[in-house]
Amino acid sequence: MSTPVHQLVAFGVMVAVLVLAPFFVYPVFLMKALCFALFACAFNLLIGYVGLLSFGHAVFLGGAGYGSAHAAKVWGFSPEAAILFGTLVAAALGVVIGALTIRSRGIYFANITLAFAQMVYFFAVQAKFTGGEDGIQSVPRGVFLGVLDLRRPLTMYFVVLAIFLLGFLIVYRAIHSPFGQVLKAIRENEPRATSLGYRAEHYKLIAFALSATLSGLAGATKAIVFQLASLTDVHWTMSGEVVLMTLLGGLGTVFGPVVGAFIMIGLENYLATLGAWVTIVQGVIFVVCVLIFRRGVVGELGRLLRRPL
Amino acid sequence: MGQLLIGLINGAFYAMLSLGLAVIFGLLNIINFAHGAQYMLGAFVAYFALQWAGLGYWGSLLLAPIAVGLFGIVLERAMLKRLYHLDHLYGLLLTFGIALIVQGVFRHEYGSSGLPYGIPSQLSGGYNLGFMFLPTYRAWVIVFSLAVCLATWYVIERTRLGSYLRAATENPALVQAFGINVPRMITLTYGFGVALAALAGVLAAPIYQVNPLMGADLIIVVFAVVVIGGLGSIMGSIVTGFALGVVEGFTKFFYPEASNTVIFVSMAVVLLFRPSGLFGRVT
Repeated sequence: MSTPVHQLVAFGVMVAVLVLAPFFVYPVFLMKALCFALFACAFNLLIGYVGLLSFGHAVFLGGAGYGSAHAAKVWGFSPEAAILFGTLVAAALGVVIGALTIRSRGIYFANITLAFAQMVYFFAVQAKFTGGEDGIQSVPRGVFLGVLDLRRPLTMYFVVLAIFLLGFLIVYRAIHSPFGQVLKAIRENEPRATSLGYRAEHYKLIAFALSATLSGLAGATKAIVFQLASLTDVHWTMSGEVVLMTLLGGLGTVFGPVVGAFIMIGLENYLATLGAWVTIVQGVIFVVCVLIFRRGVVGELGRLLRRPL
Repeated sequence: MGQLLIGLINGAFYAMLSLGLAVIFGLLNIINFAHGAQYMLGAFVAYFALQWAGLGYWGSLLLAPIAVGLFGIVLERAMLKRLYHLDHLYGLLLTFGIALIVQGVFRHEYGSSGLPYGIPSQLSGGYNLGFMFLPTYRAWVIVFSLAVCLATWYVIERTRLGSYLRAATENPALVQAFGINVPRMITLTYGFGVALAALAGVLAAPIYQVNPLMGADLIIVVFAVVVIGGLGSIMGSIVTGFALGVVEGFTKFFYPEASNTVIFVSMAVVLLFRPSGLFGRVT
C-alpha cells in the first residue's frame, strides 16, 4: 500500500515545522510537547485503531521514566542505554497488564486498566528506588551514543525529535500494514474477524504491548530530558490527560495526537500560574469535545479537505 | 478490632458509592466518573448549609442528596442524554470532564486543605465495649449505610418499580412499548445514584473533613470494588464493598505496606478466575 500524497505533504510540513521551531520557541517546551506527542500517538494506536480505551497508560509513561532515570543515575548507563532500558520496562509492564486485561472490552477494559495503573502508582509511592514523593531527581543527561552532548539544549532537542519521529513512523507503519488492517477489522466486528481465522486476542495483545512500549519510549526520553522521574507521571490524572490530547486532536487520525499534545502542553504552559484553572479548562475541553467536537481538530480538518489526515 | 472497625467504616463508603455506580451502570451502561466529585459535593452542601443557613447535620442528610441529585438530573437531561446513541465510552469521558471541572472549581475556591465539620451532638461520645472503644458516630455510619444499601436492594429486587427498572435494563425498547416512560426512568435513576453519592458525602464529612479532593482518589478504589463485585450487580457491590473494607483494614494491621494495593491485587486475582466479577453475570 503506497502512502497517499496528502499524508506525505502533511508529514513534510510537520517535520519542517519541528526542525525550525527550536530557533523560535523555547526548546524545553518543545521537548515536553514532543514527548507527550509520542505518548499520545502510542495511545491513539490503541483507542483509534483497536477501539480500546485504556485509562491506565500513565503506568507505561511513568514506569519507563523510573526505569531510565534509575539506570542513568544509579547504574551510570549512557542515555541511549537508559532510554532503551526504560522502554523495555514499559514493554514488560505492557505484556503483563495486557495479558491480564485484554479479554475485557469497552468500559470494563477502561476500568480495569485504571485499577491496575493505580496499583502500580501505590507501588511507586512506597518502593524505595522511586524516591516516593521526591521522585528520582537530577538524573544526568550524559552523552548520547558517545558523541552528542545532551547538556546542550539544541542537541538534546534534535535527539528528542529523532526519537519522536522514529516512534511516529513505527505507529504509522503499524497502522498501515496488514497487521493494522486486521486491527481495524477487529475494531469494527470482532466475531467476524475471529470467524475469518484471526486470533483477535493475540492481535489486541500485540497492539497493547506495542502501544505500551512506545509510551515507554516517550516516558524514558522525558525522564532524561527533564532529569526527573516523579509520581505525577504515574498518577491516573496523567492517563486522563493523554486521553484528552488524543480526543482533542482527533481519535484515529495520524496527526491528531501530535496536534492535541501541542495544544494541551501549550495551554498548560500558559495557565500554569493559575493553579486549579488548568483542571477546569481541561474539564471544559473534555465536555466540549465529547458533546460537539468528537472528530477533534485534525479530524475536522481532514473532513474539510476531504482527505484523511 | 480497631482496624476491623476502620475497615467497616471504609467498607460502608465503598458499598454506598459502588451501589450508586452499579445502579447507574445497570440502566445507563455508563461508568459515572463524576461519582467522586458528586460525593464531594454532598459534603460541601452540608458544609454550606451549616455555614450559611445554620442547617445542621440531620437537615443536610436530607437536603444534600436532593440538591446533588437534582444537579445530576440536570446533567443527565442536558448532556448525558445526547450520548446514548454513541459508544458508551463517551459517557465515561464526559463524566470525567465534569469531575475535573467540579473538583477544579472547588479547589480554586477552597484550596486542598480540609474544612472541619462537627459531629452532631446526639452522636458524639462513644461506648466502651471492654476490648475496644466504639465512637457512636462511627457505629451510626455503619448501621445507617447498611440500612440504605439494603433498602435500595429491596426496592430494586422486590418491588414493582424495581421490576420495571430491571426489565428496562434487559430490554429498554420492549419496556417502552409497554407504555413505561423509560427516558424519565433513566433520568431518575441517574439522579438516585448521584443522590446516594451525596448521602455518602454527608456521612463522611464529620470523619474525613470536607475537602475538594476527598472523592478524587476514593473513586478509583471504588471502581476496583465495582469490578470485583461484578459491574451492575446490586448485591455484589454491597457485599464486596463491606468485605473489601474489612480486608483492607486487616491488611493495615498485619502488613501495612500493602494496605493501599490489597484491593487492586484482589481485583487482579478475581479477574484471572472470574472475568465478570464475583457476582457478575457472564456476558
